[in-house]
Amino acid sequence: MEKVQCKCGHINPAGTLLCESCGRSLTEEGQKEKLVDMRYEGTARRSQTYNKSIIDKTWNFFSSVKIGVSLIVILLVAAALGTILPQEQYVPVAENDEAGLKEYYGEVYGIFGDVYYFLGLHDLYDSYWFIILVGMLAISLIIASIDRVVPLYRSLKNQRVLRHPSFMSKQRIYANGAAADDSLEKAGEKLKQLKYNVSFDKNGLLAEKGRFSRWGPYVNHLGLIIFLGGVMLRMVPGFYVDEMLWLREGETRSIPEAPGFYLENKEFILETYTGEGEEEVFGQAIDRVGNVVKTYRSDVVLYKNTDDSVPGATDNIEVEKEYSILVNEPLKFDGYAVYQMDFRLDELKAMSFALTNKETEESFGELTIDLTNPEEVYDLGNGARVELMGYYPDFSGFVDGEPQTATPIPNNPGFLVELFTPDTPEGEISFVLIQNTIEPFGDNTHKLSFQNVETRDVSGLTVRKDRTLPLLGIGGLIFMIGVCQGMYFNHRRLWIQQQADGTVILAGHTNKNWFGLKKDLDQVTEHASLPAYMDQQEELENQEKKDGDNKS
Amino acid sequence: MSLADISSNLLYVAFFAYLIATFVFGGAVKGNKQRTFKSEQRWSKVAFIITLIGFAANLGYFFTRWGATGHAPLSNLFEFATAFGLTIVGGFVILYAIYKTPVLGMVVLPVALLIIAFASMFPSEVSPLIPALQSHWLAIHVSTTVISEGILSMSAAAGIVYLLKVVDMKTKSKKRFWLETMLYALVVVVGFIIASVTFNVMDYEAEFTYVDKDGKDQEMVYNLPPVFGMNEHVSLTEGTMAPLVEMPPVIDAGKLTTIFWSFVFGTVLYLLIRLITRKRLAELLQPLVKNVDLQLMDEIGYRAIIIGFPLFSLGALIFAMIWAQIAWSRFWGWDPKEVWALITWLFYAAYLHLRLGKGWNGERAAWLGVVGFAIIMFNFVVVNLIIAGLHSYA
Repeated sequence: MEKVQCKCGHINPAGTLLCESCGRSLTEEGQKEKLVDMRYEGTARRSQTYNKSIIDKTWNFFSSVKIGVSLIVILLVAAALGTILPQEQYVPVAENDEAGLKEYYGEVYGIFGDVYYFLGLHDLYDSYWFIILVGMLAISLIIASIDRVVPLYRSLKNQRVLRHPSFMSKQRIYANGAAADDSLEKAGEKLKQLKYNVSFDKNGLLAEKGRFSRWGPYVNHLGLIIFLGGVMLRMVPGFYVDEMLWLREGETRSIPEAPGFYLENKEFILETYTGEGEEEVFGQAIDRVGNVVKTYRSDVVLYKNTDDSVPGATDNIEVEKEYSILVNEPLKFDGYAVYQMDFRLDELKAMSFALTNKETEESFGELTIDLTNPEEVYDLGNGARVELMGYYPDFSGFVDGEPQTATPIPNNPGFLVELFTPDTPEGEISFVLIQNTIEPFGDNTHKLSFQNVETRDVSGLTVRKDRTLPLLGIGGLIFMIGVCQGMYFNHRRLWIQQQADGTVILAGHTNKNWFGLKKDLDQVTEHASLPAYMDQQEELENQEKKDGDNKS
Repeated sequence: MSLADISSNLLYVAFFAYLIATFVFGGAVKGNKQRTFKSEQRWSKVAFIITLIGFAANLGYFFTRWGATGHAPLSNLFEFATAFGLTIVGGFVILYAIYKTPVLGMVVLPVALLIIAFASMFPSEVSPLIPALQSHWLAIHVSTTVISEGILSMSAAAGIVYLLKVVDMKTKSKKRFWLETMLYALVVVVGFIIASVTFNVMDYEAEFTYVDKDGKDQEMVYNLPPVFGMNEHVSLTEGTMAPLVEMPPVIDAGKLTTIFWSFVFGTVLYLLIRLITRKRLAELLQPLVKNVDLQLMDEIGYRAIIIGFPLFSLGALIFAMIWAQIAWSRFWGWDPKEVWALITWLFYAAYLHLRLGKGWNGERAAWLGVVGFAIIMFNFVVVNLIIAGLHSYA
């Protein structure tokens, strides 16, 4: 397509509806209209101009408001579908256990659950089609914005003070009539007072205010695009860390994904509300619901490697910080944050036994087995010793005669031991469980009798690093600025021209809030004794109404 | 009298003030026989002053409760609901101050009354904060959200008035059906309140044991006659009715029973109104909106969204994400409440694009305003009570 030359001589890009310079209508339809369509200033939008190649068609698809709104609505409905049943991360089955998940949804929610799982709605927000929908919306945001903002910027930058009378007379606000000789100057004076930017050219005046509000929609879209970009950035390695760290009281461990940092758990504390003293006011509520938790707290010490230490070793570390991690107060260091997320109370720490003769109850001494770090041989002296042949922290039964453990957590420890005493130097094999002993090779003369147990709490901590957060924050901020810029300000313009015959023509436009524009104009009209203006759109509407009434 | 007692008394004052103001606004809008403008103005002024008194008492309730508990009273269903009632009335007070529209009072105040009455069906004693809520962000996030929802609701109020005036109730149409359905929904809420109060006065209680979806034994108390029973329920109370239908473990039969009775009472009430007046509810209300300026209602509906939408973005999404990052270690987790906040936001974004880009104003915008309120109410009632998630503190 070729560029369009206006009668005024200005050469406009192909597809322009209103001459960028003088404002004349460049299309035949436009010339017939009673009022000009001022949306996007009648500029040449790519999407309205070209429709031949695939690229044109894709561009036009994504730049359409109708498509944008449709995408929003589809996304909205899809998001709602995902809330009918809990998503997989909220059900008590491991996320990668597909068989378990299938069974869970079927068992708990019946046929509906089966269908829900089959359709993949249990993991809707991570599904490809949902991510593609969000991606399409993002593309729509970008293309629709570029399609409009580029020509709009060009046009508002190029606008001239003097517009063609045909442009002026087709504006919604229009006046035409006799006026005093100095009315142009006086109008300019008043408009400056009203904080308009006023420029003169020969016999004309252009007053403009709040042009920046026209960029509001594009600024807020930019904010959203930055936000979505930030979310995508999380997939890049190094930007995002999400690890769980179970730390027992008294334990020091290296922090996953944070090389050189170690964390010691000194104490885990769980407090409930007592309903006494200052908390008396809550007495009634506590009586009704029972216990209400007041605090989950882990008192920790953060250590850091010294420069000369071996990676992974805990002997050359220095205290960096002592801190109490609370639910709303994570420990922060070096871009990481450690959160109080979970806990286990009273995990078994160590068990003590006595090696005794079953009949005489004679004791050969005591041993304490550290359940996280058991020894292989416990020498009790005087020829008595216990050899630990196998340790099963979470004993779950036998498979082919072999003891099994379900987890590495000492919930139900089992010990396969060989007992040696001066009487039985050849050894006796015994399998010791809590409150139960199995003797696989017949009756033994000796046994390990349980003495006592030590327990400790475990803090469940989440280690998180999210370097995309600043970007998300900036995106959010830009979005809010754009929304306010576009919504709470408006772009008002007034054109006034003194004609050769002494009359004055005046036109006004605003992108919204016509009431505000009229109020400004009332003041100017009075001050500069301009001809009375009319709202041509209201008159058209009234005319149509009258015609309609006459017909019926 | 303790601060907590003063607080709950102030809430009563607010409730009755709103109740009286509703009728005075109704009278003002209806006008006197001579249809003189003066009487409308005078009675509107009286009604507005009563509303202001109620609003002041309502604010008093809020801040004395804050004082009594030491935290912003926005931490459970009762507190959130009463705050929502407060902000809805607040939105109206601002609108009336600018536009002098008594007809909006007639719509907004009954809705605020229903919400406060709904709130009082839930445990209202002051309760301590669980660790996740112990943060200044509770006050910041929830108050911004509830204020924005109060303002967005004004769009629906203006929308209802607009629709009451333009929808033709004499001929059968989809519009007539949906407008009437909307009003019927409000009557069902009244039904819920009547049912709860009735059985509460009778001191009705039926206790059951049942087996939950994880196979554990649980107990539960019905305060309404148990139409629906829980999975493998066994009655512990003598002389109460036996449930008619047993539900699978995943459905909360107690809540289902409450919903059932709300519909029973609501429908009976609705049918009674229809039988006695021989008119649809919307028809009954139509004379009250005869003199409404449609353009003004459209403008109010739009303005409410222009102010409410950015506030909602800030409170329900941005502040929410900041707090979620601090308390739960992630700013977004697709929790049902989060998802529905996003849905609300997407909906109003669609509204703005349709209005500004496609010229959807007037009647279409009015319908959208009402749908927006329905989404807000869904997030507030259904997501809290039926779709349990991290946000179900009540």
